[in-house]
Amino acid sequence: MSKKILVVDYRTGNVDSVIKAVKIAGYEVIFSSEKKDFDNIVKIILPGQGAYDYAIKQLDKLDLRQKIIESAKKGMPILGICLGMQILSDYGSENNNSKGLGLIEGNVEILREVPNKLPHLGWNSVKFKDKKNKLFFNVLDERDFYFVHSYYFNCKNKQNILATSKYNIEFPAIINKDLIFGIQFHPEKSHKNGLKLIENFLKLNE
Amino acid sequence: MSKVRIIPTVLYNDNVAVRGKKFNNWRVSGSLLQAIRLYSLREVDELIFLDIGATKNKNINFKLIDEFADECFMPITVGGGIKSLDDIEELYKVGADRVCVNTQAFQDPVFIQDAIKTFGTQSIVVSVDYKKINSKFFVFICSGSINTNIELKEYLKKLNDTGVKEVMLTSMDHDGMMNGYDLKNISYANLNYDFRVIASGGAGNKRDVLDLILSSKIDALSCSSIFHFTEITPLSLKKYLSENNINTRI
Repeated sequence: MSKKILVVDYRTGNVDSVIKAVKIAGYEVIFSSEKKDFDNIVKIILPGQGAYDYAIKQLDKLDLRQKIIESAKKGMPILGICLGMQILSDYGSENNNSKGLGLIEGNVEILREVPNKLPHLGWNSVKFKDKKNKLFFNVLDERDFYFVHSYYFNCKNKQNILATSKYNIEFPAIINKDLIFGIQFHPEKSHKNGLKLIENFLKLNE
Repeated sequence: MSKVRIIPTVLYNDNVAVRGKKFNNWRVSGSLLQAIRLYSLREVDELIFLDIGATKNKNINFKLIDEFADECFMPITVGGGIKSLDDIEELYKVGADRVCVNTQAFQDPVFIQDAIKTFGTQSIVVSVDYKKINSKFFVFICSGSINTNIELKEYLKKLNDTGVKEVMLTSMDHDGMMNGYDLKNISYANLNYDFRVIASGGAGNKRDVLDLILSSKIDALSCSSIFHFTEITPLSLKKYLSENNINTRI
């Protein structure tokens, strides 16, 4: 069985560590923005840093929106990291309202700005809601992971929330619907615990 | 809710790790890659890499940065010699999460505005070095070699107005001396502006760090000598802080 993982290149931020993390878990990486590379892969990772509207514009410019939605409909596991998680939503309010991929119901809003300064930057504890989820295999509850963000995913259906964290407000740290996962923090920057989460995602359905 | 980030700083020149006192007396302190591997193994919160020769040498060694970024599964901030948006983009490509700009930020405020707009406030750290002269504090650039004759508070206000969200503040008088941080200026900066402050320069023992956090309410600090010349490790420091009711990642 092919073990190729597509890391979507839509020109947003540092993806070096995401690629490294996938390779360390023993998988082959295709880092690409070509539509043809959506064939012959087993999973998709959407990385990303920066602004929602910019990311969506990039995806549309590369004409990848439909391709990602189609893959999701076919049951392809997808992992969105940070901004890559946020664009799974219906729409985002950053800069101009823009329409997201609509794969998990909800919208992306700014965190509260008090009492702590934005962005939410640094290590923070993540509390699992569903400890038995396969994503959490061999990862302990309430460990610290590295966050950098000012916006959060406001889930419409609370059952899509797999884990939460707190910064000025409680917000979803990990979300999930079918085989689509979104992680607000950076697992690829969170040492062993983070790498384990990525590995667990890659092993889903095997 | 917010955990204090303890950030070891690795200074280097050419491709060796160096250490100095008051931005002078630079000495080779060992292998760069070895230092980075050790911090990575110890699972530190973050790392800052600063090339102290890059501004003078007028080049950034992207290949070297690429190599050491490959050792890191934690956030890294890279600085030294950054002049353009292309430089920043290239640094992200080789694995930097955030970049730290000093001289160019001072000389070209429009550049910093553009950098924030292009890459986001969370991606840009402005580093400010300052020194006390006749009871006033002045900003220095080019690795502390040039006095700008601009006072610290005036410059910090300007950075704040520009929309900078993170400032690494280094007192050159305290740098490498291991006799405590410059509490007064760090507290002032952290409590009076919108940006976060990464305090730098002066940690000699655990108490120095605790004093800093208690007096300035700071949530990020960088250390270097303390981890090199004492038995203290990032983890033992965080355990001590935690015993004193400071929220850290252990």
